[in-house]
Amino acid sequence: MRKMKLVMIGNGMAGVRTVEELLKLAPDLYDITIFGAEPHPNYNRILLSPVLAGEQRLDEIILNPLEWYRENGISLHLGKKVVDVDRRRRIVTAEDGTTAAYDRLLIATGSTPFIPPVPGKDLEGVVAYRDIADTNTMIEAAQRYKHAVVVGGGLLGLEAANGLMRRGMQVTVVHIAPWLMERQLDEVAGKMLQKSLEDRGLRFLIGAHTTALIGDRDGGRSGRVMAVQVKDGREVPADLVVMAAGIRPNTELAEKIGLHCHRGIVVTDTMQTITDPRIYAVGECASHRGVAYGLVAPLFEQGKVCATHLAELGIGRYTGSQVSTKLKVTGIDLFSAGDFMGGEGTEEIVLSDPYAGVYKKLVLKDDRLVGACLYGDTVDGSWYFKLLREGRSVAQLRDRLMFGESNIGDTGHQGHSKAAEMADTDEVCGCNGVTKAAICRAIKDKGLFTLDEVRKHTKASASCGSCTGLVEQILMATAGGDYSAAPKKRAMCGCTDHSHDEVRHAIRQHKLLSIEQTFRFLEWRTPSGCTTCRPAVNYYLLATWPKEATDDPQSRFINERSHANIQRDGTYSVVPRMWGGETTAAELRRIADVVDKYKIPTVKVTGGQRIDLLGVKKEDLPQVWRDLGMPCGHAYAKALRTVKTCVGSEWCRFGTQDSTRMGKELERALWRMYAPHKVKLAVSGCPRNCAESGIKDVGIIGVDSGWEIYVGGNGGIKTEVAHFFCKVKTHEEVLEYAGAFLQLYREEGWYLERTCHYISRVGLDHVKKKVLDDADHRRALWARLRFSLEGEPDPWVEFDKARVDLRQFEALSA
Amino acid sequence: MTQWKPICRVDDIPVLGARRVARAQGADVAVFRTAQDKVFALLDRCPHKGGPLSQGLVFGEHVACPLHNWAIGLHDGCAQAPDHGCTPRFSVRVEGGEVYLDAEELQTIAVDDSELQAQALLRRVAA
Repeated sequence: MRKMKLVMIGNGMAGVRTVEELLKLAPDLYDITIFGAEPHPNYNRILLSPVLAGEQRLDEIILNPLEWYRENGISLHLGKKVVDVDRRRRIVTAEDGTTAAYDRLLIATGSTPFIPPVPGKDLEGVVAYRDIADTNTMIEAAQRYKHAVVVGGGLLGLEAANGLMRRGMQVTVVHIAPWLMERQLDEVAGKMLQKSLEDRGLRFLIGAHTTALIGDRDGGRSGRVMAVQVKDGREVPADLVVMAAGIRPNTELAEKIGLHCHRGIVVTDTMQTITDPRIYAVGECASHRGVAYGLVAPLFEQGKVCATHLAELGIGRYTGSQVSTKLKVTGIDLFSAGDFMGGEGTEEIVLSDPYAGVYKKLVLKDDRLVGACLYGDTVDGSWYFKLLREGRSVAQLRDRLMFGESNIGDTGHQGHSKAAEMADTDEVCGCNGVTKAAICRAIKDKGLFTLDEVRKHTKASASCGSCTGLVEQILMATAGGDYSAAPKKRAMCGCTDHSHDEVRHAIRQHKLLSIEQTFRFLEWRTPSGCTTCRPAVNYYLLATWPKEATDDPQSRFINERSHANIQRDGTYSVVPRMWGGETTAAELRRIADVVDKYKIPTVKVTGGQRIDLLGVKKEDLPQVWRDLGMPCGHAYAKALRTVKTCVGSEWCRFGTQDSTRMGKELERALWRMYAPHKVKLAVSGCPRNCAESGIKDVGIIGVDSGWEIYVGGNGGIKTEVAHFFCKVKTHEEVLEYAGAFLQLYREEGWYLERTCHYISRVGLDHVKKKVLDDADHRRALWARLRFSLEGEPDPWVEFDKARVDLRQFEALSA
Repeated sequence: MTQWKPICRVDDIPVLGARRVARAQGADVAVFRTAQDKVFALLDRCPHKGGPLSQGLVFGEHVACPLHNWAIGLHDGCAQAPDHGCTPRFSVRVEGGEVYLDAEELQTIAVDDSELQAQALLRRVAA
């Protein structure tokens, strides 16, 4: 079969990343040809600043060496600028006459520096700051000359100025706006930055308009620049002028060949140009929904989407990114994201300590974080950025928000410990034993830029996810400082672009009743999903359409498939249910007999007051269940686990309420309840709280006048004290309120999201509104939960109805 | 001449599931069935910590180990990058809906449970 021909114009970061993604998806689909105007293979443009500053060498920033192109069979034309495309005959022509035919064309021409039209801009010694050639010119100039002027006090200009200063030049920055980096910083932070750069030796002309570059007038007519003149007539000596007044999408070729351009080549969500669907554009040259991005992470997102389309999977959609900024000047901590200026309808929280060189501004709108500007202390940058991206309510955190993640009662997992202060040998991810050094090495050696990539290559934060913030910080510090985050919404997994919410919504809206239907309807990328999406979708189907949706046992983890807990040696543990933690002599005798009969090695009391039989062989499980004659404890499932109780008023001399009875009633009402994650309850008879109700998904505490209900506690990875929810009088009310809360969680929680994470995502106010303020809604929720649980089989008794595949317990023989 | 030993019918293995095959000697063998009814066989031990692969979740042509979610390729028994390590694989023949394994392989591959042995055999199988 004839291979299709893909031609790419531009050999930069965004384009080559797109080709890399394409080769992963469809290595044999295309003959690929790449034209690059520069004479170098693909390099990491972000790291030009450290190269200029003498912190890294050019050969260290090559991303894809020439062997890579060879190994992948790519025809590479370096140093050849493409000057024409015949769209009718589909032929690309370069300056030197080289041609290439295409079936699909990818334009990734990046951007060009904006050179203000001032007299003298063509003099020798005037350079832009864009590529290796510019960087080399600047490095050479620094060896021969003394005075440099940088026109433009934005991100790029300051990095250039810092680099030249580090190479020994006397540098003045001429900036037209009232403060530095006005696109990323507010006035206070901008002025603090200026002060700190002045202390390092940079000079500034702020609010100064460059009117002319003056050439060598009296000496030997070398035509070299000599000074920069600003509007008020002042002149600054300059042997080198760096123009860093901004960049413009490079659309010269695109315009010439008739592609619609408006602040970039206009592309659709599939990165196809709107003029010609055979032609794609990614990177800084593309304009997507009116935005041309200049940071690497969004460009890589675009590349990924473009690759899926080129690979003819054709279902990826790019929907835009939110970006954050950091300055790559060593020793200056600066971070901004979102709407950091604030204004009409927003509120600001500001902390300013000029003496210590710390300034932080958080901008809130409708209880949500919409912008952040940090100077001097950026440790919480990634956390704020996460809050900003998720757009969740921060009303609960408001009073502590400014003090950062470390002050919200976290015990060292979500990344507040300062990544920068960690030693290389310190462990970052406890689940997978990944050290900081291993993460840094992977980021540098493999050229990683996004959290997902780090997860894939190192496994850090790929298990429980509690170290995600920390990994993000390391990424920000290591990936050339230009790490900026990911898409606005998070896809469920690599098999789809849809988020958890979108999948749940589609299942409800279109009454999807099986995994197959769901995958087909939402155009899943993989035929049988993966271990992330299948269990999640299976749960969403069952939770949304109880008694109607088809349960798929093969999409459940082994524990739920065999109704016991798999242990490290491949044996299982069995936990019979004891309502409210109470048992009888008869039950204990039966348990003891089972232990003897099946030679079960360990019998242990669990943290939830149940008896655990550990080391049961898989083939014995059905007999163990039968002989126990007790209901299934669901100790293995994403479901109601236990209701822990104290002895309460029946025996305890302090007890005010009959907590054991309350616990038994709750457990009988809720058992067999599947949920996004495990659910644990506790009931204490008095405020002494012997059942530890304060760290349970739902905790009940008996007081003289009734019951207090707490929600969203967690004794797990990250200890979380439950929120006080409400106070009620009767047993019936406890059931109704607790049940309604749990049903809301079942309907809105993302799979594998515990109640504490669910609440922190949607906000406690939302939960209160749905359960406490609206009695009809509460009763409807409680009714829906009872409907779901009615007739739900006990898998240990009703094998057939619970769809237990008994074949799994028998071995075949060979 | 390969001696093919009948094990079960394809239908005896759940779609996107597995069955465990006990041998006279050595660790169990796991036989897997994909959504397209392709059948594969691997030693029932994950190369990571020996987890029983027959109990894992099957997706595409991979199985996720039930212990730590390593994805193992059904066609070669190797872990998906960045994890590495392989578990021995067994030849499978499907004819008339019946699944057969190679009798010689069943008697020789990884019969001594030690990991070393398994790896040595794996190298031989690969060669």
